[in-house]
Amino acid sequence: MERHFDQELADLKEHLLRMAGFAEQSVAQALKALVQRDHSLATKVDADDSLLDKLEIEIDDRCIKLLALRQPIATDLRFITMAMKISSELERIGDQAVNIAHRAEELNKEPLLKPLVDIPRMADHAQGMIHDGLDAFVYAKPDLAREVVKRDEKVDLLNRQLHRELTSFMIEDPHTITRCLNLMSVAHNLERIADHATNIAEDIVYLYEGRDIRHQNG
Amino acid sequence: MNTISPYHTWRKVKNHSMSVLSFACAITVIAPLALVLFYLIKAGASSLDWHFFTQLPKPVGELGGGMANAIVGTLMLLALASFIGVPVGVLGGVYLSEYGSERVNWWIRFGADVLNGVPSIVWGIVAYALVVVPMKGFSAYAGGVALGFMMIPLIIRTTEEVLLLVPNGYREGALALGIPRWKIILRIVMKTALKGIVTGVLLAVARIAGETAPLLFTAFGNRFWTHHLKDPIAALPLQIFSYAISPYDDWHRQAWAGALVLILIIFLINIGVRALTRGKFSGATR
Amino acid sequence: MSANITTAQPKKEDKPLTTENNQRSPLAHLASAGRAETPSRSTPVSEVAFEVNNLSCWFGQQQAVYGLNLQIPAKAVTAIIGPSGCGKSTFLRCLNRMHELVRGSRLNGRIRLFGEDVYGPRVDATLVRRRVGMVFQKSNPFPTMSIRENVTVGLRLNGVRQRPVLEERMERALHMAALWDEVKDHLDLPGTSLSGGQQQRLCIARALAVQPEVLLMDEPASALDPIATMKIEELIQELKKDYTIVIVTHNMQQAARCSDYTAFLYLGRLIEYDKTVKIFTNPSNKQTEDYVTGRFG
Repeated sequence: MERHFDQELADLKEHLLRMAGFAEQSVAQALKALVQRDHSLATKVDADDSLLDKLEIEIDDRCIKLLALRQPIATDLRFITMAMKISSELERIGDQAVNIAHRAEELNKEPLLKPLVDIPRMADHAQGMIHDGLDAFVYAKPDLAREVVKRDEKVDLLNRQLHRELTSFMIEDPHTITRCLNLMSVAHNLERIADHATNIAEDIVYLYEGRDIRHQNG
Repeated sequence: MNTISPYHTWRKVKNHSMSVLSFACAITVIAPLALVLFYLIKAGASSLDWHFFTQLPKPVGELGGGMANAIVGTLMLLALASFIGVPVGVLGGVYLSEYGSERVNWWIRFGADVLNGVPSIVWGIVAYALVVVPMKGFSAYAGGVALGFMMIPLIIRTTEEVLLLVPNGYREGALALGIPRWKIILRIVMKTALKGIVTGVLLAVARIAGETAPLLFTAFGNRFWTHHLKDPIAALPLQIFSYAISPYDDWHRQAWAGALVLILIIFLINIGVRALTRGKFSGATR
Repeated sequence: MSANITTAQPKKEDKPLTTENNQRSPLAHLASAGRAETPSRSTPVSEVAFEVNNLSCWFGQQQAVYGLNLQIPAKAVTAIIGPSGCGKSTFLRCLNRMHELVRGSRLNGRIRLFGEDVYGPRVDATLVRRRVGMVFQKSNPFPTMSIRENVTVGLRLNGVRQRPVLEERMERALHMAALWDEVKDHLDLPGTSLSGGQQQRLCIARALAVQPEVLLMDEPASALDPIATMKIEELIQELKKDYTIVIVTHNMQQAARCSDYTAFLYLGRLIEYDKTVKIFTNPSNKQTEDYVTGRFG
């Protein structure tokens, strides 16, 4: 039976997807600002972040109302609670994108240290994780989400690798320290983005299967 | 564990003997009724022939004749009485159930209950004073009035009871629709209780059908057909009475037949009541 | 940026709409908010259906309601909640002049229906009740009438005779009560042959057939099973587009699901009256909070 509540849930889903779209866009733009050394993009990411903040508040507000007024249970309850968590993760992804944009601005003031290889690779993974996680949400594919969770390890490995590489750079030539630290910061931000994407994927598994798969990899 | 206690047999015996006792009591009540009916049939059925239903009483001494005028007369008196008793009784019952104040209603109910117990001959006297004296003669009107007045307290009480059985929810639902009060009472409440009201009316009719005393000096009786209601009219109970105390065997025979017809009329009315209480839309009736 | 995104500024501490002593209009905040509460409504409520001023009522010597002040908005659902005996049903029955039918009842104060005094000296109570319909806790379809006759009884007994008019109104009312599909092939069966939930919807159709402006509902679903209850609640959501609805319920969750505004009554006094979402997420009054969370009552 079609309920008015179903319309409200559909609206919530739409808002969440829109927020996810913006978050993806933020990350893409921040990376573009870095890789293409584009200053205007960097400032844009910063400005757009307030949108993500607003959306998080709006989604949380809707969810609280739905919980208070509709007494949801089962899938509806899982959906609403996960929507609140996912919106929080998306907002933080947005914050990390802003951080990357700030680092990009700093790095663009100095010449390129070395061609960027690992960072774009990390970015691809992280962005792929976000994208596939959202696909899993839209098309109800918890198995895809599980698979996304597994990819976090690769990003962590890349991060550690880059960390070592940049450390040796800094030891060899102290003039590169600023740039190296900024790059390490970017890598760290990307690693955090991947973590948030993992959390989102775990929430999606819970949403569709009712199974909590968090904290299982130590 | 032993589920049969030593008291079990005693309880069974007690239970069984109570059932037998109840059955015996029931028989004791029904038996006289059955006996009366049986005796009446035995005594009167043989005299029920075509003549009985179509002929007027023959003059004294002659054999034969019938009670045609008495049968018709009874029916006419019942009709007249209903004409008076039913509207007043039903409307009175409506008043008690739907309107009125606590105090007034209490007095009306009290009055009705008292009047229900008044000997029927008193009603006859009342009708005599009210109708016979001014009209300077006995008449069907007087008989109708006497019997009608008798019906009123009976119908008031049964109507009221039945109307009170109609759940208040119906009244509220109708009021909430903005329907005027009197329409609600007429078209909804009374319609719901209709079977009960009709039952009450028919029972009252059955009750007065056999009343003799009030007719003694109101309707008075008539050996011929009555052509005007202002003339005296024959009635079965009166005819039975006068035949029964007469010295003629033939008239005794006819009296039995008359009594049987009277019982049959009452019987038929009650069957009609039973048939009515079965219907497709049952309301708040018994 | 898409225009669909509603503004998401958190409100400053929302002041309660009306408390016992406060006469401020509860709908004043709508003028400043300017946004729709639910996506389906495009215009904020602006009209007041009932204006209640200082309403008190008694059953003989027993006072049931003490100085109630509130405004009930039009084309919205207002719920009245509170523990048993707090006066909610009594208050509801004052709105359509059913309270006065009880022997010994008394009433003080003023109630205006779209500006007109309901208890004015020359006002006919019967006409008020045609504008303000009521549905009761226990469904009461008339037993001597078929479904068709039940729905049209309010029209027929008020003088409407033409068959086509009656048929059309009956069909429309049954559609609005979401009952048409279930009964359209047996309109001549007795009204009492339906299930409990269907009977209640029949009573709603009957009330709607007279085309009232307001529909009062006194615990309409408390005698029904959960599925039937849900159907009635969905129906209320549909009806509020065209009618003002005031619903009394002892089931708080129902008030939360169904209503736009909620009034909390306790021992005959109005404790808090505000938008439902406020009452159920952040009530201003501690008593209200205790009641809705189930700590008392």
